[in-house]
Amino acid sequence: MVNRIACFQVFSSLGGRSAVGSVSETLLEETMQGDRLVLSGRGAWLAVAAHDLEATIESLIKKYPSVKTVAIDMSQVERLDTFGAWLLERLVRAFTRDGSKAEVTGLKDDYRALTEEVRKVKLEDIPPRTHGQTLAYALNAIGENIAAIGQSFAAMVNMLGALVVALVRVLSRPRSFRLTSMIHQLDNVAWRAVPIVLLITFLIGCIIAQQGLFHFRKFGADVYVVDMVGILVLRELGVLIVCIMVAGRSGSAYTAELGSMKMREEIDALRTMGFDPIEVLILPRVLALIIGVPILTFLGSMAALYGGGLVCWLYGGIDPDIFLSRLKEAIALNTFQVGMIKAPFMALVIGVVASVEGLAVKGSAESLGRQTTASVVESIFLVIVMDGIFAIFFASIGM
Amino acid sequence: MAQASSNGQREVVIEARGIVVGFGSHIVLDHTDLDVYRGEILGFVGGSGAGKSVLMRTIIGLIPKRAGTIKVFGVNMGEASDVERRAVERRWGVLFQQGALFSSLTVMENLQFPVREYLDLSQRLLDDLAVAKLEMVGLDASVCNKFPSELSGGMTKRVALARALALDPEIVFLDEPTSGLDPIGAGDFDTLIATLQRTLGLTVFMVTHDLDSLHTVCDRIAVLAEGKVIAAGPMDTMLKSEHPWLKSYFRGKRSRAGYQPQGKAVT
Ligand SMILES: Nc1ncnc2c1ncn2[C@@H]1O[C@H](COP(=O)(O)OP(=O)(O)OP(=O)(O)O)[C@@H](O)[C@H]1O
Ligand SMILES: [Mg+2]
Repeated sequence: MVNRIACFQVFSSLGGRSAVGSVSETLLEETMQGDRLVLSGRGAWLAVAAHDLEATIESLIKKYPSVKTVAIDMSQVERLDTFGAWLLERLVRAFTRDGSKAEVTGLKDDYRALTEEVRKVKLEDIPPRTHGQTLAYALNAIGENIAAIGQSFAAMVNMLGALVVALVRVLSRPRSFRLTSMIHQLDNVAWRAVPIVLLITFLIGCIIAQQGLFHFRKFGADVYVVDMVGILVLRELGVLIVCIMVAGRSGSAYTAELGSMKMREEIDALRTMGFDPIEVLILPRVLALIIGVPILTFLGSMAALYGGGLVCWLYGGIDPDIFLSRLKEAIALNTFQVGMIKAPFMALVIGVVASVEGLAVKGSAESLGRQTTASVVESIFLVIVMDGIFAIFFASIGM
Repeated sequence: MAQASSNGQREVVIEARGIVVGFGSHIVLDHTDLDVYRGEILGFVGGSGAGKSVLMRTIIGLIPKRAGTIKVFGVNMGEASDVERRAVERRWGVLFQQGALFSSLTVMENLQFPVREYLDLSQRLLDDLAVAKLEMVGLDASVCNKFPSELSGGMTKRVALARALALDPEIVFLDEPTSGLDPIGAGDFDTLIATLQRTLGLTVFMVTHDLDSLHTVCDRIAVLAEGKVIAAGPMDTMLKSEHPWLKSYFRGKRSRAGYQPQGKAVT
């Protein structure tokens, strides 16, 4: 009731083209004449009154289940729109279905075309909404998800293969390579990401050093903080932080770009013009990532070491000279190499996942959002898994 | 203006005066005036890029104007409060050039969306009405559960029209409703618009390039060129005009007059 009143207030403020009846006005009056039911409509049968009218009609249908003839007099109805016309039709249908005779009289000529139109409506063929069983639905969802994981893995392997083919083709005729596109992507992915990557890795370096100092000090092992910062940053954290940021920043952008191009049939258009979308769109993007991520990793690692050194000096009282000489002892070239070797592989993973998800976008805006989320989540997950695999690999070759 | 004199006392539902709209230094509409009368079907024509869609969007309030006033149902849209504006918006329906169906809702949900927002109706009535509207625009209930991306171009147009009509509006704005439809479908569409106009007392503002629509359903035609409405009036006036653009548009090779030079309309 409350929202109905609110609704009437809205419409009374509309200053509509006709007087909308007050809430209490009856829209349909009933009288029994022998075994004949006479219904006379009144007022405006418009959208705003549809709620009340429907209730009235439904109660009438229930009240007279076995009446022989029904006469509906519409001469007092001042206005009628599709809502009213449909409810009139529903009334007629309900009575005729139960075997009674229903007759509509007095309808204004203007509205005849509308009621004719509504009479043609067939409701039988509304496809039923599918309501599966809850358990079946749950099992179904699990199965579908597992299948989807398998499919997306296959799609990634496919994409990797297609990228290699495209690369080989480009290498055989280097003039066809989209250098401009790659430079543009490099600008987006690497150059514009530098400030935020520097800032975040710097802060992470500071935090690690501070935490290390705080805890190591209890054992009088302050100076080993330098070892910890050096190894952690160069081997693991630098590349991981950068990859997670790139996945969130550029991977999602790739997916959204490719996805909306897919939605608007731009990718199909490319294909029909004889271009390979992988070569034109995806290869430059993935190569830009493969070039950009190692650069960002290098810059990020340096910023983190700088942050660590700064905290050691200001908070831990370790002079920069000592920090540097300690760092020289703690790390070797291969510590740095381990981080840098991982970077391009992780970039490749991010690029492949982003492209696969982008091309998986279907027609709707919702699916674009879903695939973009999936792209970021999957690439971060895979980057971490790869990191674990690399850790095992480097341990076994003693690096 | 020409259109004012030919239509004596009829009520003006849309009154645009001195509209200026531009993008950067590119002035698209330059002091455009236009009247739309209650209950008429106005065909709005002009070359590609003349600014027809821009004028339509300006009236609806999607594009800001640099100067001029727009009154819809006598409400000055530039000065109206939010509540007044909402009230006016409830009384019009819009069919965009690209359909603009909500891609993540099914056809059924697309049709019910505006109704649910403004009226408090039972689910059953919502479903019934959605199907009724679909059938009115020449589709059937089998498309109910499809998503917009699964529809053909013509089906998209029809569903978009059904959505524009969902609340039984008093004015509908149609941006090229028949483009992309087969001639039979386009003809049906015209008949449908004429029927709806008759039954619901609709005022129709229709941007179109379809000369058949202009001939068969439009009561009046307004022509936009060089940022101004250069002519407005019934088809006969257009056919008689000696303005070079109008001549080539209405009496060119592709027009009916072009096909049948002795046609009665040509003088
Ligand atoms: N958002 C926008 N930004 C810049 N310019 C625009 C924008 N929208 C339209 N224009 C320009 O305004 C002009 C009129 O465009 P409009 O879409 O109104 O054309 P139209 O008359 O509807 O043509 P058509 O019949 O091809 O649909 C065009 O020159 C177009 O380039
Ligand atoms: Mg247009």
